[in-house]
Amino acid sequence: MPIARRTLLATGAAAAVLPRGPARAEAARIRIGVLNDQSGPYRDDTGMTSVACCRQAIADFGATGKGIEVDVMFADHQNKPDVGAGIARQWIDRDGVDFIVDVPNSGVALAVQSVVRDRNKVYVNTSAGTTKLTGEQCSPNMLHWTFDTYMLAHSTGGALVRSGGDSWYFLTADYAFGQQLQKDASVFVEQAGGKVLGASAYPFPETTDFSSLLVKAQATGAKVLGLANAGSDTQNCIKQAQEFGLTAQMKIAALLIFLNDVHAVGPAIAQGLVLTESFYWDLNDRTRAFTRRVLPATPDNYPNMNHAGTYAATLHYLKAVHDMGVAEAKKDGIATVDRMKAMPFEDDCFGSGRIREDGRVLVPAHLFQVKTPAESKSPWDLYKLLATTPGEQAFRPLADGHCAFVKS
Amino acid sequence: MMMILGYPAPLLFGQLLLGLINGAFYAMLSLGLAVIFGMLNIINFAHGALFMMGAFVAWMLLNYLGIGYFPALILAPLIVGAFGMVLERTLIRPLYKLDHLYGLLLTFGVALVIEGLFRNAYGSSGMPYQIPAVLGGGTNLGFMFLPNYRAWVVLVAIVMCLGTWLVIEKTRLGALLRAATENPAMVQAFGVNVPRLITLTYGGGVALAAFAGVLAAPIYSVNPNMGTSFINVVFAVVVIGGMGSILGSILTGFGLGVIEGLTKVFYPQASSTVIFLVMVIVLLARPGGLFGKAA
Repeated sequence: MPIARRTLLATGAAAAVLPRGPARAEAARIRIGVLNDQSGPYRDDTGMTSVACCRQAIADFGATGKGIEVDVMFADHQNKPDVGAGIARQWIDRDGVDFIVDVPNSGVALAVQSVVRDRNKVYVNTSAGTTKLTGEQCSPNMLHWTFDTYMLAHSTGGALVRSGGDSWYFLTADYAFGQQLQKDASVFVEQAGGKVLGASAYPFPETTDFSSLLVKAQATGAKVLGLANAGSDTQNCIKQAQEFGLTAQMKIAALLIFLNDVHAVGPAIAQGLVLTESFYWDLNDRTRAFTRRVLPATPDNYPNMNHAGTYAATLHYLKAVHDMGVAEAKKDGIATVDRMKAMPFEDDCFGSGRIREDGRVLVPAHLFQVKTPAESKSPWDLYKLLATTPGEQAFRPLADGHCAFVKS
Repeated sequence: MMMILGYPAPLLFGQLLLGLINGAFYAMLSLGLAVIFGMLNIINFAHGALFMMGAFVAWMLLNYLGIGYFPALILAPLIVGAFGMVLERTLIRPLYKLDHLYGLLLTFGVALVIEGLFRNAYGSSGMPYQIPAVLGGGTNLGFMFLPNYRAWVVLVAIVMCLGTWLVIEKTRLGALLRAATENPAMVQAFGVNVPRLITLTYGGGVALAAFAGVLAAPIYSVNPNMGTSFINVVFAVVVIGGMGSILGSILTGFGLGVIEGLTKVFYPQASSTVIFLVMVIVLLARPGGLFGKAA
């Protein structure tokens, strides 16, 4: 029966054309993907605490009450750009993810950038450092939330020179991130009238003992030891600098360190350390209220600025989605990001402020000093505030980034 | 002031001393590896993970039971050594008759599992562990500031290395052990429980790793990955010294520490490469390693 067969084929074809899986008949459903390190060195700096903060944002926004169903997915990119890009691709193409957030590790962050742009979805990076995200590799589908290498070097570097630390020696992890951080910080040190006396670039990640480098740095008579590294390298440098008595004559500037790293070293050793974060849980009533809300979901790991960024970014995204309608938001990533840029951000973690054309979110940069054991009342009571740079002045000027889609 | 290669001599002496201190860790870790390889023919890739366990057990003893550094220096190696013996009995034993590669793969997998479990339980950013108060502070040697704790590490490491070497080369127990590796059937015929001897040896090697872990806890970040960064260098030490040679491992460990330390002064970028450069040269000239029997 040729006709029946044709009917059958047509039915099959129609079924194939019908949207399948999560996208079907769920116009008011938004799917968020939290992509980060779940098992490696940045697990505590991002990991499940980021997922908890994302969920907290959905709850605080009251998504269900506003008629928006929100799903959260998460995955481990293992700090491998190809793995990260593969997950992002699969999430968008197969699982219908609309919004990707977090993504620590600059290499992975840049790989995900092009995946999201090609598919016109929304990406907010809240935990990678590279300024390329809003510079030569900028994208109209992305916002960069929490910090970048320029902001850290500018805040920590500038402040220390002004307070008398006018000669520097760097210990630098010998790869793109460390070199960039050293370069950025050197510029600010020299701009502020300081001198860079030297630097030791050491092999990464094979170095655990820094004593030779520390003794060499000490012999130069520099007043500030700049640590252009991250994670356990920074921890080891701080521990050993204290052991070798460097802290008696040098100030230590950790150019990238998170609350969780400071907690791991402990205030007895990290005391006096100067650093920059854009969020601290004990900064004001609003940050404390946020921390109280999210802490039951992550009792052993307090939120740092990356986690707060994931919270604030999710909240801001949902506001924009609600504003323009779920169907519209799902259709066009650039339009959604434009809407996010048009609205000032406003949340418990970063207060309120502007988002710039190139995607840079202008959060304030807080300069902190680690408390002494006597000042620290509880294991996570670690920072005291020294100064705050307003968001408008904290980041690289728009024109210097040379972002292609920004009209000068 | 006297200058050597453009550096003031006192500074260089300081760096030599620091190299020796770092060499002490290499020597102790490679010692355990050499014992396990020399006696059991197992390439123990789990050594780094067991080193990490030593540091973590010290942390646990302090934080859960209030047991301080010095008791931990004895307890942690015992606990981790016992764990090693269980490992040997249950997993490693069936592999003795097979090629080296099987043992290598198994212990590599075991290392990944151990590190993964610790990462799940304690996170990745690490745990604080203080230098014991008695060993805090330091001495100004004139040419450099020597932290007392580092001096202690060198002292303990030298005692430990010499002790192990004496036990294996000069005692009856060591003689039995060496005989059991040469000809297990014959030694068994004399009424020696060879399987138990082997289990104890593995446990001993593991305990040495854990001991180094406790020594490392106050000066390095105590985190689940801490062993991984050491293990490559330590394997190079064992290969350069001659697989299985106890004395070779000890001397090479200290020697490479010095070479690495001096490289950090003149060209830090090459400080991890230099060890492998030495390895290439040594293997080309003496394929069995510096102290190894001809391969």
